[in-house]
Amino acid sequence: MQRIGVFICHCGTNIAATVDVKAVAEALSHEPGVVFSTDYQYMCSESGQTLMREAIREHKLTGVVVCSCSPRMHEATFRKAAEKEGLNPYMVEIANIREQVSWIHKDMAQATEKAIILGRAAIAKVHLNKPLKAGESPVTKRALVIGGGIAGIQTALDIAEAGFEVDIVEKQPTIGGKMAQIDKTFPTLDCAACILTPKMVDVAQNEKIKIFSYSEVESVKGFVGNFKVAIRKKARYVDEDKCTGCGLCTEKCPQKKVPNEFNMGFDTRRAVYIPFAQAVPKVATIDANNCTMMKSGKCGLCAKLCTAGAIDYKQQDQIVEREYGAIVAATGFNPLKPDKFNELGYATCQDVVTSLELERLMNAAGPTAGTLLRPSDKTHPHTIVFVQCVGSRCDVENERGKSYCSKICCMYTAKHAMLIREKYPDTEVYVFYIDVRTPGKNFDEFYRRAVEQYGVHYIKGQVGKVVEENGTLKVQASDLLSGEQLHIDADLVVLATAVEPDKSARSIATMLTASMDTNDFFTEAHAKLRPVESPTAGIFLSGVCQGPKDIPETVSQASAAAAKVIGLLAKDKLTCNPCVANSNEMLCNGCSSCEKVCPYGAITYSDKEFRGPNRTTLIRRVATVNEAVCQGCGACTVACPSGAMDLKGFSNRQIMAEVDAICKM
Amino acid sequence: MSHNKNAAAVEQILRSSGVDVRKCMRCGKCTATCPAFDEMEYHPHQFVYMVEKGQIDKLAASPSIWHCLSCFACMERCPRQVEPAKLIEAVRLSVIREKGQNHLKPEDVPAMLDEDLPQQAITSAFRKYSK
Repeated sequence: MQRIGVFICHCGTNIAATVDVKAVAEALSHEPGVVFSTDYQYMCSESGQTLMREAIREHKLTGVVVCSCSPRMHEATFRKAAEKEGLNPYMVEIANIREQVSWIHKDMAQATEKAIILGRAAIAKVHLNKPLKAGESPVTKRALVIGGGIAGIQTALDIAEAGFEVDIVEKQPTIGGKMAQIDKTFPTLDCAACILTPKMVDVAQNEKIKIFSYSEVESVKGFVGNFKVAIRKKARYVDEDKCTGCGLCTEKCPQKKVPNEFNMGFDTRRAVYIPFAQAVPKVATIDANNCTMMKSGKCGLCAKLCTAGAIDYKQQDQIVEREYGAIVAATGFNPLKPDKFNELGYATCQDVVTSLELERLMNAAGPTAGTLLRPSDKTHPHTIVFVQCVGSRCDVENERGKSYCSKICCMYTAKHAMLIREKYPDTEVYVFYIDVRTPGKNFDEFYRRAVEQYGVHYIKGQVGKVVEENGTLKVQASDLLSGEQLHIDADLVVLATAVEPDKSARSIATMLTASMDTNDFFTEAHAKLRPVESPTAGIFLSGVCQGPKDIPETVSQASAAAAKVIGLLAKDKLTCNPCVANSNEMLCNGCSSCEKVCPYGAITYSDKEFRGPNRTTLIRRVATVNEAVCQGCGACTVACPSGAMDLKGFSNRQIMAEVDAICKM
Repeated sequence: MSHNKNAAAVEQILRSSGVDVRKCMRCGKCTATCPAFDEMEYHPHQFVYMVEKGQIDKLAASPSIWHCLSCFACMERCPRQVEPAKLIEAVRLSVIREKGQNHLKPEDVPAMLDEDLPQQAITSAFRKYSK
């Protein structure tokens, strides 16, 4: 018989206001095996832990039940305290009477009854608990960063700085991401390329960093400290090691009419191309869908011109297998395509553009060499209307947009408006806003400068309709403060479109077994206290893939994620979870069900000799669990038809004992 | 505060329209969209706010409820699914039902038709009877 101590936490008033903690302590003191039962204001505090340790010593406890918050919060705290008194940490069980009781119930009698029942279930489980010992697993001292935008670049640089190897996998031919397309950055207005490209060069020159450009993650196996990742290096039909980036092929290629995605389709590139002058790696890529040679076999001009002999039309996709200790998701975002907003005319009017498109129209390296011209007739626009919140802040039921605030639009629109007024003072600029949201250092001052110093017209209201008439955009809008409906003849309309996570994020999250929210942003382990970690061990989050954020915030988060990765890689060994599966060979019927459902590849089958009746031996095929690989998810215990698979610390008997205790009235 | 005044009238309008006025984020897209803006005393965004404040009598007395074209552009474009046109419709119906106060007589409509009249306006006219 166990000697069990029960501790009921008040959690200040979090629990005690809804649960009669004294009554719970009293009721549970009569449960079989309970030799000590008490309540305390804050069990997790130093004095609460001391109370528990003293009780373990005085009452010679062999098991402990703490009725408190979720085990995710403080299970480790209480187990550590018990261990200090010589009790095996796995003899401590938590009954969650905060999240599962006091926070969701209002009626005290009901809540108290439920708290007692959950406490009783935990006591029933402790009776069957066995001391468990955690094993250890080694750590591969290399990190993988998925995505080579500013988030991935900063994370990789910081990890490399600490002396660890880092690989960046980037699906585009160059790293740099969205920031490379941006003209100026708020609130200081420094040129994005001037601050980004030196970092890209640092990445290229860092011996610890390896860039897999034009590559995608194909599969991820393993677990924290021991990931095995297959990377698909897409065929770029150019030998990366031979190509010098001279650019001769990109100038001479006769296929000139491919829309240039880097310039948002405002100009064209060749079929063999380098996305932009400062690309890293500076290597040409052949776009097989548009290359005449690849399509019809008739051309081959680039191969003839290339003095380095780098062109290889027969190149194939390559799969590279690499091992990592940690993985950082930095998959970034895309602006929402506003073609569902028919009333704003994006799909029908050439001069209705998105903000990212405007960045290219204003960029010195863009299609107009930095002169702001209308896409339709290449003339200077004299009246420009900006529309805020296009596709952001929509009702969750609204299919056209996202429910969240995209956070960066208020600031970049202020930036655009300011830059335009600075460069072209004869241009009238109107910004239609719902709210102007500028929390951030020097952000509101920046927005006020746009209004006060540059004379940008900020109008509280929205644009309801944009139609083109003889080359003019007729804008119909509301001005809520004056109660008017405005009709503006504009030359250019700019839509501040919502940001949305990159489409690849969902499949990557599935490979990483990392959780996501309904908007496809990666979920953090704790919204406040673990904001750069995924709930999946060894997976970290960097940049907009976790939620909308601007460049300063992205860089901070990228460095934070790097710090977490470094903390992990600095360890030589990780303590494993001892709650792993084990197979009872006498019951195993060799059906392979468990092997098929195991997401970690932890189960193998082998033929073993068993003693049969009448001194015979028989060979049976039975399952074996590799405890270092098993993550204790329990899928196999459910799949096993013969009841041979069981999970240490969560055995079928323990679970049934809990259910019995709950059902016993 | 006038928030609790006319609670019953507000409740009735909210129930018959099925609109949740609390969803409104005061963006003004409805009023920006409204093709009858110049004819309206109160504009779609004001309707939402006035219902929330309990000013049902003011709305019921306003010619706006008859001038609304029932084109539903405000409903279609509202990013928050607030649907101001349904509120206008509900206030108008409450007037029609209580007083039998039709804005137009059905038999008068054919005489008003001409080639330039949009289909929408005809449909809209028929929404202004007690049936």
